[in-house]
Amino acid sequence: MPKKDARPKKDSPFAQVARRLSKNNVAMAGLAIILLLSLAAILAPIIMPYDYTAMDMRNMYAKPSLEHLFGADDLGRDIFSRLLYGSRASLSMGILSTLLSTAAGIAIGSVVGYYGGTVDNVIMRLLDIIQAIPGMLLAIAISAALGSGFLNTILALSIGGVPMTVRLLRGSIMSLRNLEYIEAAEKINCSKLRIMLFHILPNSLAPLIVSVTMGIGNTILAAASLSYIGLGIQPPTPEWGAMLSAGKAVISKYPHLCIFPGLCIMIVVLAFNMLGDGLRDAMDPKLKS
Amino acid sequence: MPHNKSDAFLSVQGLAVEYSSSGEVIHAVNGVSFDLKKGGTLGLVGETGAGKTTIAKAIIGILPRPPANVSAGEIFMNGRDLLKVDNAQMRKVRGKEISMIFQDPMTALNPIMRVGEQIAEAIFRHEQVTKKQAEDKGKEMLEMVGISTERYREFPHQFSGGMKQRVVIAMALACNPSLILADEPTTALDVTIQAQVLDMIRSLKNKYGTSMLMITHDLGVVAEICDDVAVVYAGEIVESGSKEQIFTSPKHPYTVGLFKSLPDINSDMERLNPIDGLPPDPSNLPAGCSFGPRCPNFSPKCQDHIKLKDAGNGHFYRCW
Amino acid sequence: MSQAPSPLLEVRNLKKHFNTPKGLLRAVDDVSLTIEKGKTLGIVGESGCGKSTLGRAIIRLQDSTSGEIIFNGEDITHAGKKRQRWINENMQIIFQDPFSSLNPRQTLEETISEPILISKRFKSKAELLKETERLMDLVGLDRRLRRAYPHELDGGRRQRVGIARALSLKPQFIVCDEPVSALDVSIQAQVLNLLLDLQKAAGLTYMFITHDLSVVRHISNDICVMYLGQLVETSPSKELFKKPLHPYTKALLSAIPSIDIYHQRERIILKGELASPIDPKPGCRFASRCLHAREKCREPQRLVEVLPNHYVSCWRAEAL
Repeated sequence: MPKKDARPKKDSPFAQVARRLSKNNVAMAGLAIILLLSLAAILAPIIMPYDYTAMDMRNMYAKPSLEHLFGADDLGRDIFSRLLYGSRASLSMGILSTLLSTAAGIAIGSVVGYYGGTVDNVIMRLLDIIQAIPGMLLAIAISAALGSGFLNTILALSIGGVPMTVRLLRGSIMSLRNLEYIEAAEKINCSKLRIMLFHILPNSLAPLIVSVTMGIGNTILAAASLSYIGLGIQPPTPEWGAMLSAGKAVISKYPHLCIFPGLCIMIVVLAFNMLGDGLRDAMDPKLKS
Repeated sequence: MPHNKSDAFLSVQGLAVEYSSSGEVIHAVNGVSFDLKKGGTLGLVGETGAGKTTIAKAIIGILPRPPANVSAGEIFMNGRDLLKVDNAQMRKVRGKEISMIFQDPMTALNPIMRVGEQIAEAIFRHEQVTKKQAEDKGKEMLEMVGISTERYREFPHQFSGGMKQRVVIAMALACNPSLILADEPTTALDVTIQAQVLDMIRSLKNKYGTSMLMITHDLGVVAEICDDVAVVYAGEIVESGSKEQIFTSPKHPYTVGLFKSLPDINSDMERLNPIDGLPPDPSNLPAGCSFGPRCPNFSPKCQDHIKLKDAGNGHFYRCW
Repeated sequence: MSQAPSPLLEVRNLKKHFNTPKGLLRAVDDVSLTIEKGKTLGIVGESGCGKSTLGRAIIRLQDSTSGEIIFNGEDITHAGKKRQRWINENMQIIFQDPFSSLNPRQTLEETISEPILISKRFKSKAELLKETERLMDLVGLDRRLRRAYPHELDGGRRQRVGIARALSLKPQFIVCDEPVSALDVSIQAQVLNLLLDLQKAAGLTYMFITHDLSVVRHISNDICVMYLGQLVETSPSKELFKKPLHPYTKALLSAIPSIDIYHQRERIILKGELASPIDPKPGCRFASRCLHAREKCREPQRLVEVLPNHYVSCWRAEAL
């Protein structure tokens, strides 16, 4: 990427995107929610009103009250504190596995898009096979094989996302490769690596950033689903999906055990999608004026 | 611009169009007036961004609103102000009374519809005819623009650029409109194909007596096909008159500069005489004459408002 | 120059073919030409005639199918990777499209200095900056625009950036691929003058590819007319305009819209459109559109010197 000076370039393409994005209220609301949640996740140990493992048998299934903001669960643990701490697992899994799959996708996509030919054919067919398996099933299979745990879950969640990133990047590389400024770069003795890093990737970033943003939301959902069915993060570490799962047995009697984790998942996924949508609009060159 | 209402078929008076985006107002057209005689061809000449296309879009009522806004002016066609016609009425006017030909034929053609059917549909939509009659008329139109009726059932992608533009012209003429707005119709074509298409436009125009507004940046095309010329600069008409007046005795420094900067096919290798500088930013026009900053004869008086000057016999220019 | 002219570039029987699903596309088919040092050779033809492919093959942006390219007395047709670096430093290209030829995410400074940065022809950052500023001065770009991005500039300025980039390695030979076709006339003249000045100052050799005959006349010493992958006529520039010999050249010349409204040339309207360069029949490729075609035109034609330095590939040229 071209180096970015912080101040004087008011009109760099990224500054333009930021300006347009800042005018989009929905996207900014999404961004605000994400920032707030991230802050909460980072500060969780400090701002939690209770320890997330602290059991309190007097308050089993306690309804939301001033004492327990979102109520308490079957062991009398404070749901608000558990949600706060659980956001660490959910957010970090979502973000890390999307970044991992995008990084892998960029590496593979660059090779495939730039070299084409046989390399392209072989790798793309392999990715086709991965893509033919439903993402959730793949994640279940991988985490069942590797065992549960934080890192394994991240790995399981990221592999399914790789083919899409590769496809996205490959497409934009192929359309850029025939542009005259790429020819010009070849003609001034740019190495293939330099062409990739300085001329192709910066111009393929727009769709990638959108897909990463949207991807994080989906991956958080997938992580929650894995925990819901008992894979993924293991108790006693709180995780939204696992909390939802734990509450399902008593949902008719104590709905708040499910409602609050469910709301959290919904809000964070929605926030990422809102931001992603806004980013796509802000980056669409056809909307530039 | 003073005009004689009786022989003007289309009369544009004081037209002004603005585009506003994020608090910035772009003055695309600033008080443009011109008349087009019945059956005549008026060439609207100017460079990219001068506002030519905006004028045409305002006439046919397809300006995107917002961001565009007609802030002043009247457009009379057959005595009726087109700017006061409501949308439903205007939809009937478009295609039937006025049609427009764009530079890129693909903006007018549907890529997944057979070309013949597209022409027939245009006829069917505007005239009281049966499907069969529309199809026959469609075939007739194709033949008229020099395309064999065997190609009636082909798709646009099977046609070359010049052929596509012929189809678009056939479509534009299908309902026998009284006014054609041609926006750089031959700019995307090769010279030999351009010659064919211009030749065809001219003979069809003569045959049907259609009036035409020809928008182009190419003075050669104007010389070929127009009767009258209006030179547009920064959203204003800086000079207008008959073709003979403009080509033999241009008065406005911009018009003179345009002619001078053209590479002449009849003279040899040498430096050209470009106009210095760049067209002004339409969101920040200079005071007075907008050509002032690039003008070789600039003087402080140019920053006052410049009135049109009459050079006689319908030849006007905006320079003191 | 008093000494005998030495060709800087010699191209012999160059062919560039592409395999397509429909057959063998002969984009460049047996083209031979020479360009002397410090001179300009114009290549004229319509879209799809292979002129851009020819230019790209000569500077080795693309591998050729067969033939020889001799630059400075050295056969570079099959130059290896190391030699290619040297070729790139000595043979550059200016592109047509001022939009797609610049990386939208690089500032002017980054674009212009990148070639120097890669060639390591500088000792310090300060020297790199100084050289960049020298190049910007040279092509008439304001130094303040150093940090600007392409989208902030108009077409003419963007084209100047492309020219500065091409000049940055101090090449001997530049292929100009329609460098002014996308520009308005007044800006076009500015850029053409710049190219002429640069040539004079640095003794550059140009190959000027264009579809516009009036532009090519102003900049070229010699002109090659290309049709469907082959040269049909080559001649000193003056001579070609005075006495075009090939029927295609004549039609091309007559098709240019002239601004001389009183002396319009007699127009030759060609029939049909450009044939396909895929698996063409032997014989004259223009025959299907030629008004003078005879049976003998189906035999292969070759360039024959009819007048001194004036070659034409038409057996009837002298009779017509």
